[in-house]
Amino acid sequence: MTTAQRINLQLKRVPAWPIYVAGALVPCWYLYLGLTGGLGVDPVKAMEHALGERALQLLIVVLAVTPLRDVTGVSLVRFRRALGLVTFWLVSCHLAVWLVLDVQILSQIWADILKRPYITIGMLAFVLMIPVAITSNNLSIRKLGPKRWKRLHQLTYACAGLGAIHFVMLVKGFQIEPLVYLGIVLALLAMRLPRPVKRAVA
Amino acid sequence: LAKLGAVKTGYGQDLEPNSWADITSYNNFYEFGTGKEDPARNSADMVTDFWTVKVDGLVDAPGDYTLAQLLDGMTIEERIYRFRCVEAWSMVVPWAGFELADLLNKVGVKPEAKYVSFETAVIPGVMEGVSYPVLDWPYREGLRLDEAMHPLTIMATGLYDEPLPNQNGAPLRLVVPWKYGFKSIKSIVRISLVEEMPETSWNLSNAREYGFFSNVNPLVDHPRWSQATERRIGGGLFARRQETLMFNGYEAEVASLYDGMDLAENY
Repeated sequence: MTTAQRINLQLKRVPAWPIYVAGALVPCWYLYLGLTGGLGVDPVKAMEHALGERALQLLIVVLAVTPLRDVTGVSLVRFRRALGLVTFWLVSCHLAVWLVLDVQILSQIWADILKRPYITIGMLAFVLMIPVAITSNNLSIRKLGPKRWKRLHQLTYACAGLGAIHFVMLVKGFQIEPLVYLGIVLALLAMRLPRPVKRAVA
Repeated sequence: LAKLGAVKTGYGQDLEPNSWADITSYNNFYEFGTGKEDPARNSADMVTDFWTVKVDGLVDAPGDYTLAQLLDGMTIEERIYRFRCVEAWSMVVPWAGFELADLLNKVGVKPEAKYVSFETAVIPGVMEGVSYPVLDWPYREGLRLDEAMHPLTIMATGLYDEPLPNQNGAPLRLVVPWKYGFKSIKSIVRISLVEEMPETSWNLSNAREYGFFSNVNPLVDHPRWSQATERRIGGGLFARRQETLMFNGYEAEVASLYDGMDLAENY
């Protein structure tokens, strides 16, 4: 038995439910920090940014599952649904903080979504995540059939790209960090491109 | 810390200043990092003793001035001003400082001078941010001469009657309360009187988003966000946004500087 197979065997005993519990608690933790001064003097922005960044990081983990299996043989596929749904939860909270605590004013929210490209892109990423999140269950796989379900869930690629671009576009000046995220996302997507089939030379 | 003994003035007596903690822990000073907490965390090693400021260009008495020489004869006043960041947050800061006009009169402005240009220190090894091309260092800012001579425009040396902390631009910074905060350049090492409109860092970085004037104006949006309202720092998670005031509330004092100018075009 290879090391990867041994790891996979061990991972089979690890349940996925703690991911949901931990994920659900993340925004509560930030809310607690925000209410008790733990997020500094501008808790609204700190919370908004932290939730967005955690979501992008988690989305990168989700995208890394397949390349990790291809390269090392270690499979985290069992945990991918939980990771993906927690990502959606964090993005939803990120959006809620922006709507309710930050912008607050309905007319300005609409104006921002329509007029500001980085917000338009962020909203588009969120909207594209909705069908993916709704169909993240076994019933949907059966109803849609594995092929169509898989195609639908490839929307994740677009969400990750748009999320990273959203981050790049919102910073001021030339900043490295968001570009690193975009680079990682693009690298993980590039690993999925069909590779040229090697042919034996006669 | 020695109190500065700033003379009380009538400026901003109706305003409720932000706390020392608010003002000194939430700063944009990209030389020390792009995070709001970075300047407070990373600026302790900047030595501001023996600070000199080069004054050059169209002045009668150019030269390298020590801080003591510049401050000699100046009246340090308390000025409680609104501070509005281009990022749509705001504070109220009790500055201690003197009028820039007094400094300019001291060095003697030649009649050809039309603008004042300023530069921030660049100290590699101490300012970790300057290792990255976030902006084209040194940080540069500028004012039209009439803006620079306006009595509201001050050179700050302190806040809450204490010497300026490094993260707030020690030992000497500009404060122009009717303009977005980035115009109020920190840790100044050079002041030049010039004839042409000087280059400014944010304008060089992104001219579409940051103009030379950058007057606070709720009617002219930043391309990426509205400037109609602002978040007052210090209100906690559930603070309501408040309306942004024309010229940050200093319309009566400064609007005449821009008579006949299209403020949307000259953003």
